[in-house]
Parts: sequence; structure tokens; C-alpha cells
Amino acid sequence: MPVVTMREAIGQALREEMTLQPDMVLLGQDIGAYGGTFGVYRGLFDEFGPERIRDGPLCESATVGFGIGLAISGMRCVVELEFMDFVTVAMDQIVNQAGKMHYFLGGQVTVPLIVRTPIVSRIGMGPQHSQSLEAWFMHVPGLKLAIPSNAYDAKGLMKTALRDNNPVVFLENVKLYGTKAEVPDEEYFVPFGQARVVREGRDMTMVAISGTIPEALLAAEEAEKDGISVEVIDPRTLCPLDEDTLVKSLRKTGRMIITHDAYRTCGVAAEISQRMMELAFDYLNAPIQRVTGLDVPVPSGPLHFSVVPDVNRLLSAIRSLN
Amino acid sequence: MTETIEQSLQQSLTYYHRMVMIRNFEQRALELFGQGLITGSTHLCIAQEATPLGVCAALRPDDLVLATYRGHGIALAKGSDPKHVMAELLTRTTGCCQGRGGSMHICDVKNGFLGTNAIVAAHIPIAGGVALSAKLRKTGQVVVCFFGDGASCEGEFYETLNMASLWKIPLIFVCENNGYAISVPTKLSQSTPDVADRARGFGLPSVTVDGNDLSAVREATAEAAQRARDGGGPTLIEAKTIRWERHSAFAAGKYDSPEEAQRWKTVDPLPRYRKELLSMGATEEMLGAQEEDARQVIDEAVEFAKNSPMPGLETLYEGTYARS
Repeated sequence: MPVVTMREAIGQALREEMTLQPDMVLLGQDIGAYGGTFGVYRGLFDEFGPERIRDGPLCESATVGFGIGLAISGMRCVVELEFMDFVTVAMDQIVNQAGKMHYFLGGQVTVPLIVRTPIVSRIGMGPQHSQSLEAWFMHVPGLKLAIPSNAYDAKGLMKTALRDNNPVVFLENVKLYGTKAEVPDEEYFVPFGQARVVREGRDMTMVAISGTIPEALLAAEEAEKDGISVEVIDPRTLCPLDEDTLVKSLRKTGRMIITHDAYRTCGVAAEISQRMMELAFDYLNAPIQRVTGLDVPVPSGPLHFSVVPDVNRLLSAIRSLN
Repeated sequence: MTETIEQSLQQSLTYYHRMVMIRNFEQRALELFGQGLITGSTHLCIAQEATPLGVCAALRPDDLVLATYRGHGIALAKGSDPKHVMAELLTRTTGCCQGRGGSMHICDVKNGFLGTNAIVAAHIPIAGGVALSAKLRKTGQVVVCFFGDGASCEGEFYETLNMASLWKIPLIFVCENNGYAISVPTKLSQSTPDVADRARGFGLPSVTVDGNDLSAVREATAEAAQRARDGGGPTLIEAKTIRWERHSAFAAGKYDSPEEAQRWKTVDPLPRYRKELLSMGATEEMLGAQEEDARQVIDEAVEFAKNSPMPGLETLYEGTYARS
């Protein structure tokens, strides 16, 4: 089976669906001949041309608005925002327009729109280029939220998103773009709302999101040496969230750590933790732990490594919980 | 020749019918709001009826229109059934949006009315996307985006002017400049008096017209629509008009002077168009018959809305997500 990077896998999904869906358009900045800021679109411009791979002006809000307009009038659109931090500029279009339009117009339109944006944590680009803001989108009804952590899932989830009639926020961690996985030549889909058990374990469950997956696996390996068996689960989509897989694991282990790069306060970990208490309180042998980004603007330079969870912080949590 | 004049008069009588209908619709909406039958608020277009009628008179039935929360009259001008629009104001299941949207969210896709929006200017780039879609799919449709002077202060207006001009999309920007953004008069919000002037910097043609003159609006729109269909790209039309009373039925404030609040009566498009029709050869009887019928249509719409059921609690979550 071919081994490809997550960057290439996402490009493959886009290429396949661009070929199958003649009314599909990609909008964004630097997505044309340049191939995308992180190289995801390499080769697409030559294949599909400037009408459908549409390099546009730098205006996030109107770009998403145009994407919605295309989506409600018979086309499918993928909009790229170059860094996740820039979603702030387009929030109205994503939250008030894309997320609600099908509902408030009584089902007269659907919004098959994907907003793709990279999470750029862990490379030290400073306070306005390093944030993980996924919780905002999990908070709003009407949006779906995919957040893959490897090439196989990224392609399969992108394929699913490209067949969905709802707006999907699709978050890709740049630290993972270069990581490789086996990706079959045959077409496949990864359904939304199905978590993946990345590593099986007995003693505790670690729910890890996006960029924290590699750290979680390293921490689990270390813990194994101490005789602690950690099960690592990647939710893959946060909306819908696969509560069943998490509850099943929690029933087995009785302990849970949730880790993400995003800020701690009102982060996704808080929501997952609360849901586990509602669904499986009787199975908990200890309070659920959060290992998250710190509540501080992300500084540039080496200090930023202290902001996001690392193996040491995860190991401390594992040991304290054991 | 005689036949053409006759046809033209008949056509104008249908516009007059619709104008009276919109006026009645809005007056009844205010009354229903007062009776507590419309929740939240309702934003009326009394004294602005001529602009949407003039615009829609120049469009093809399959052309597409997007508008703001002050959009009941625009929906009716595009051809929506007043029954389903009134039922939407009263959030009934028979409303055009099944009672989900209410007064600020009217939509009627089968009539080419792609919805009103309650976030100022947010629908402008969306209209841009719809126009780009029409261009890419080569449908020959023209897209009209109505917005107010308030929206002309928002960034998305300028972002869309740039993109529309750059990509030569078949989009007509129609600014209904009624002089006020809620309570703030344009002299406190606009750096230059004419919104149409802003188009020059983006390289698209623009025109300022008397928005209370149906024929002038129709002519300007016809020219813009032709340009768009010929591949000439977007146009900005500024229709100077006036807003009756307050921003919305719920709004608390008053205008700066009582004279200002009454100024609309001096430029009211309804008696003005009536006079125009009389000069075209319409008789009092002909006009009276149109007025009577328009009133009846709205009376029926109100009865229809009042007698329609509210959506049940069991439907609350329906439509949060579309089926895939």
C-alpha cells in the first residue's frame, strides 16, 4: 500500500472529488500556481485551472461569504483560511451564515461548504499564528467539525466532508502535514462521529486531539515501561462526537486524561469531561484530568514549547492518576 | 402604437397593485406586531416600495435576489405570495421558511428570492458567490443584492465590490439609501454623501437614482442587467429613498425632529405613481379597483397567517443539519 504524507493525502481527496464533481470550486489565497501556503494544493492548479482553483484577494470574510453563495446555488465549495487564527475575521460568515442558514430558511437551501484551515501550533509563530480555536466551532449548532491527525484519516474524512450537505470546519495541524501513513489506492471514506482507538490499553484512557496525538503515543510508551497501560483515542471529529467509543473505553479503564493544544478554559476537554460525567460517572475511579494549552497568549520563540502539552506533562498526569 | 401604450398601462397597473399591496402588508404587519402576534420586532419598508418594484420590473423571473431584514417588500416585489410571507412573520408552519426565520428571514427559492439576512452586509459577499455560481455555470442569470446605507459602511461591502469587479460577475448592488442607520443619519456616518461614488475606486459603473421613482429605478436596473448579461460585470445603483418612522417596530428612539419624521409624506412614492398612471390614461375606477383588490389580497394573507398553526415543539431540532 502506498505511503503518503497527510499533506498529500488531503490533496488526493480534493483531486478525486474535483474530478467527480464538476460543480466543485476551491477558493482562497495562494491556492493557485503557488500550491497553497503548506503545499496541500500542489498540482491541482495545473489540472483544474484558475476558474475552479480560484486564487482570490486577501479578505477572509468575503471569501467565506462567496463560498456560501456558491454552496447555496448549486455548487460545492472548499474555502481555505491560511492560518486558523484568521477565522476571527470570518466568524460571522461561518457562525451566523453557514451554520444557521439551512435551519432559518426552513430547509430551502443547503450549504455544502468546507472551511479548511491549518492549526499552526508547535512551530513558534507567535500569538496571532499559533492558536487552536476548535472549541468555538463545537459550540455552535449547525456546523460539523473534523480534526484528523494522520494521512489515512485526513483523506477519508475529507472525502466524507466533500459528500456532506452541511458546512464542515476542517482543521489540519501543520506539524502533522509531513507525517506518513499507508493510504490505499482504492476509494474509501472515514465516517464522521467514529473515534479511532489508536493504541489499546487497560489502566487509563487518553483522549488526544490533533497535534497532541504523537505526544500522547510517546507518553503511553514511556508509561508502559512503568507498567501503566494507556489507551489512546483520537476522536477524529468533534461534531459529531463519538461518545460511545469514549464511554466504552472509560468503562474499561475507569480513568481518563484529555489533551489538546487549545487553551484550557472552555476548551474541548471541558466539554468531553462533562459528557463523560453525565454518561459514565459510576465508572470513574478518579477525577478526569485535562492536559491542555496554557491560558496565555502563545509567545514567539522557545517559550511557546512550554505552552502546549508535552510528553513530560502527559506523563505527570498519567502517574498522578495511576 | 396604441397597443403598446395599452400594454404599458396594464403593466404599470400591476406595479401599482403590488405597490399598494406592499404598503398594506407593512401597515398590517405593524398592527399585528402591536397585537403581539409578531415576536421580536419587524422592519418595515413603508415609503421605500418603489425601489424593489422598479428593480424587479427589470429582471427575468429566474434572476436571483438577496436582501436585508427590511425585506418583506422585496420578497413581494420578486413575486412571493403574501400569504406565505405574512405567515412567516407570524412564525407559522405555512410560512415560506416554515416559521423558523420570522420577520427578518424571508426566503422563497422557487421565486428566485434567496433570502433576507439579519447581519448587516453579510449577505453582500454571499450574493457575490451566487453571482459567481451563475457565471461559472453559464446560466445567464443576474443577481441583485439589496442593502442599506448602513451596510455601505461595512467592510464586506468593499470586499465584495473588489471581488465582483475583479471577476466581472453578473451582480447588481442596489443600495437603498434611506438616510438612516437605525438612528444615525448619513451625515454622521458617511464620508461622502453618495454611496454610488465609492464604486469608482473599484472600477465598476454606478448611478444614483431617485429611489421613489419606480420608472427611474427600472431603467437603471435594466441597463445594469443588460451589462451583466453581456459579460460586462457588476453595477452599483444607489436609490435615494426615505424611511417611514423608526428603524423597527421595536426601536425606542425618535428622529432628530418631528419635521424629519413627517418628511416621507412629501415624497411618498404611492400618490406619486398614482399621478403618473393618471397621466398615462388610467382612470380613477381602474386605480380604485387595483387598490381594493390589493387590500383584499393582504386581508386574506393576514387571515391565512392567523389561522395557520405554530410549529410544534417536536419539530424544534429539525433542520439543524441537512440530510446528506
